[in-house]
Amino acid sequence: MNDRVARLREATIETKPWLSIERASLLTDFYRQDKTVSIPIQRARAFAHLMERKAIYIGPDELIVGERGPAPKGSPTFPELCCHSEEDLEVLDSREKISYCVDEEACRIQREEVIPYWKGRSMRDLIFDQMTPEWKDAYQAGLFTEFMEQRAPGHTVLGDIIYRKGLLDLKREIREALDRLDFFADPEVCSKRDELIAMDIAAGAVIRFAERHAERAEELAATETRPERRRELEKIASVCRHVPARAPRDFWEALQAYWFTHLGVVTELNTWDSFNPGRFDQHLYPFYVQGMQDGTLTRDFAKELLECLWVKFNNQPAPPKVGVTAAESGTYTDFANINNGGLKPDGADGVNDVTYLILDVIDEMHLLQPSSNLQLSKRNPDAFLHRGLEIVRQGWGQPSIFNADMVVEELLRQGKSIEDARCGGTSGCVEVGAFGKEAYILTGYFNLPKVLEITLHNGADPRTGKKIGLETGDLRTFSTYDELFAAFRRQLHHFVDIKIRGNNVIERLYARYMPAPFLSLLIDDCIAKGRDYNDGGPRYNSTYIMGVAPASCADSLSALKYHVFDRRDLPMAEILDSVAADFAGHEKTRLVLSNRTPKFGNDDDYADAITVSVYNAFFDEINGRPNTKGGLYRVNYLSTTCHVYFGSVTGAMPDGRRAWQPLADGISPAQGADRYGPAAVIRSAGKIDQARTGGTLLNQKFTPKLLETDGGLNKVAQLVRSYFRMDGHHIQFNVVTAATLRAAQAEPEKYRDLIVRVAGYSDYFCDLTRALQDEIIARTEHESFAPAMSEPARV
Amino acid sequence: MSKIVYNFISAMSFPEQGVDLAAPNRSAAGGRLGLIFDVMRFSLHDGPGIRTTVFLKGCPLRCWWCHNPESQRRAPELLQFTDRCTLCGDCVAACPYGALHIENGALVSDPSLCRTSGECVQACAVEARRMAGRWVSVEEILAELARDQIFFDESGGGVTLSGGEPLMQPAFAERLLAELHARRIHTVLDTCGFASPQLLRRVSPNVDLFHYDLKLMDSAKHEFYTGVKNSLILSNLELLAELGSAVIVRMPIVPGINDAGEDVAAASAFLRDLRLTNVDLLPYHRIGGDKYSRLHREYRLPDLAPPSAEHMESIAARLRADGFTVRVGGIS
Repeated sequence: MNDRVARLREATIETKPWLSIERASLLTDFYRQDKTVSIPIQRARAFAHLMERKAIYIGPDELIVGERGPAPKGSPTFPELCCHSEEDLEVLDSREKISYCVDEEACRIQREEVIPYWKGRSMRDLIFDQMTPEWKDAYQAGLFTEFMEQRAPGHTVLGDIIYRKGLLDLKREIREALDRLDFFADPEVCSKRDELIAMDIAAGAVIRFAERHAERAEELAATETRPERRRELEKIASVCRHVPARAPRDFWEALQAYWFTHLGVVTELNTWDSFNPGRFDQHLYPFYVQGMQDGTLTRDFAKELLECLWVKFNNQPAPPKVGVTAAESGTYTDFANINNGGLKPDGADGVNDVTYLILDVIDEMHLLQPSSNLQLSKRNPDAFLHRGLEIVRQGWGQPSIFNADMVVEELLRQGKSIEDARCGGTSGCVEVGAFGKEAYILTGYFNLPKVLEITLHNGADPRTGKKIGLETGDLRTFSTYDELFAAFRRQLHHFVDIKIRGNNVIERLYARYMPAPFLSLLIDDCIAKGRDYNDGGPRYNSTYIMGVAPASCADSLSALKYHVFDRRDLPMAEILDSVAADFAGHEKTRLVLSNRTPKFGNDDDYADAITVSVYNAFFDEINGRPNTKGGLYRVNYLSTTCHVYFGSVTGAMPDGRRAWQPLADGISPAQGADRYGPAAVIRSAGKIDQARTGGTLLNQKFTPKLLETDGGLNKVAQLVRSYFRMDGHHIQFNVVTAATLRAAQAEPEKYRDLIVRVAGYSDYFCDLTRALQDEIIARTEHESFAPAMSEPARV
Repeated sequence: MSKIVYNFISAMSFPEQGVDLAAPNRSAAGGRLGLIFDVMRFSLHDGPGIRTTVFLKGCPLRCWWCHNPESQRRAPELLQFTDRCTLCGDCVAACPYGALHIENGALVSDPSLCRTSGECVQACAVEARRMAGRWVSVEEILAELARDQIFFDESGGGVTLSGGEPLMQPAFAERLLAELHARRIHTVLDTCGFASPQLLRRVSPNVDLFHYDLKLMDSAKHEFYTGVKNSLILSNLELLAELGSAVIVRMPIVPGINDAGEDVAAASAFLRDLRLTNVDLLPYHRIGGDKYSRLHREYRLPDLAPPSAEHMESIAARLRADGFTVRVGGIS
């Protein structure tokens, strides 16, 4: 990287995240005075109010401009979604991990202006007000989490619209849609009219936001003494005058058009997973080729511009979360996950020169955000995978690797057209979506082992003693495994019902009270339908529930089946007593359960068949249920950091796991359960019908030794290709030694830049909680085996 | 230790005619069963691509530096992980032959009573006991190996037979190699070369690549450090060269034993005559040292340090200068 980028990079790494009260304050001012009746139009006016008044920041050295807060690393708050209490702000400021500096002035404004207006009006308050006692019991017990209690539905990715059309073009389309409205026969015509008017206002708001940057750049240029920087500022002004009002004409304008669009989406609402340019290499490629051909662009300058944009992503920490939502994804990272490679709309190999350029950028920048992935199709060259693994080898967790052909298959199964599927990809951690055309809303993690735990206790949560589930019977009276599994199924049905009932209410609350007209502009077919993103406007509308720790659940079922019903070497009563006591006084039972039980991840058909039955149960329970937006429920399997939180509310289990310890992450084997290396893990994972998911996450940890030679790298590449031939969805690698991680625990100040793969994203190791750090260390390390006998794992 | 080696060697002529010392009755039927002590998947150092290595138990050599001592005897053996043992006594209770007892805070096994039937392994919840060696039919092991077909196909990998010495179980190894070859699975045979030439000639069409150990050119030293003379080993390598088999010669480099200039020069001259050009240098390592104590055996090189990377590289450079293609560690 050049000096400019090095300075920008240094600054973004060194600056500590801080809480900006600007947005909350402006928004509260607006709502106190505004009398608009139509909610979408009011939301759009509020958005325009923000974009007209928020501070404009153009930093020294910058080529790509615009911040979500008033300056880098300043995170706004969204009191209309979640109004932080004063105590929340204290916690945010003082907590050890993922803290945000909160100054006294911010506290004062929050106390005197924001809280008095928003208390009782925020979505969080509305949601908790409308949930049933059963929902609250299950939520508090840690059966599931609720994504929308602090952040808005997001989970979408931009398609190619902004590279083809300016916001002025979209305003014209809105006008045409308004002209087509049928005031004689359409009962929804007024809500469509309001929504379209709102979209029009929102488009104008972002055009204005760009103009304000142009004005600021011109002011700076007028007083700039260095001719070179003056020329840059003049160019910035000209770019901001053109995009995103009009379609970009060159590479620089394309990047800036994306960035203003991004800022618009994440300022309008605090959407989950932020926002994401998706198939960036394909969108940028025509601009790159044109610039190279007409001599206005060099590869180095294209790289510099991209790196300036990368810094922009990294300047935006995720807005602060508290409570359970902080526990389920405790990170500054906002999951803007850029897709590289994959397929073109016609099914051809999508890897191009910009793909490799972006991989070079990722390699040089080593930043948490944006995160990045390879969309690896059987049609992509091995060189592409090899280049990605060269970056993986450095051990900071990026990029992760997805099976692009599987992503297409999963989307097709859900009913997308083949072109829409090929233009799709993955976002967040591992979630599939038709980019630019789909709202695929993740609604919460679902604790599968906890369902089993409640089954073991005949409907009671042993942590609290409270009866929150069904009385499915005393396990001591069961004479077959089938009886046990049927009880688990009934319990699962019970809690899925509670979750979905809550989801549907929350979905309606957002549809009604929290439309997102700017986001709606960008996603087909919201304009054509005159419907909001949060109310079924997109072409596709999917709702997801994420199954957590299927492996822990299956291992526990396997232990019960194997020892109680098949081998009959441990009575049910002994297992129940031992987990009730957290194995105190039952150490031998724990050892037998831990070490003498078939477990997922060993290519053991006994354990893997049980695992598949857990996946099937979860799928059958959820997939295909209707949501409230004309779409269907789907399942996927990722856990972010939620397997640690869910573990902390789940007692000892029959797989030998002690109480409150982390559960298995993603679809990975439980920590230490896999003993035969990566081939066996991959074979086990390959038995899951991943086409019936909307994404799975498989973690593998390698020591650096395995990847240090080209030969070793090739073998890992072949391992990835093999997994994808078995229709695996995703795999990612952590390449660090346990010794390094322990050293970082001991002396965090020396390892501030140590980035590790956590779940579907990477994070600074030292920012993780101790429990999560320990869990990462405990994940099975697949050593590069010397040709010697493998040994049983240490107990 | 040396007594055992002596007895063992004197009990056999060529492995092909060797008796199965401890095979159960079901092994008698024409090599339908083989004794293996491990199957390692995703093994990276045993040939091209992603491989699954089958370790056959039993070896005619007793190399001082052997890192797989549990591979040597041609019978199942119990490995004991003393550091994990909690002295709970479950194995003592489980043993039908009374071969185990706890004495002065230690678990003691009476070899004269132990029939390596494995009840103690099943009983041990902390996995402090492990059985090295299980009898499998060719069909059983093929079914296990078939699980990795996609890895083989995707990587150009396959199956490696290692050991021990696979050719110590001639009928089993021969059939397994033929079946793998018929399934178009790439085969590597790791061999010490101490086997009947007729057998070698018969298996060679079904072996895609030989990993052929060359330990010492000096026959007296060879006998001292491995228990056998090297004449058969050298003549068998000549045979493979003559047959045109694909061979990578693997030279363990053990400091002070076979790493001197004259050792390397002699090997180089011999191999050049045979026009064998691929050499892997395998640096001695101590990973296997612990295993000796688990088998209650003595490790004869307890203080030997592994060769330095520089030393390995100097030997490699020397051989490259002689025209060989050399890999250190056996992986490129």
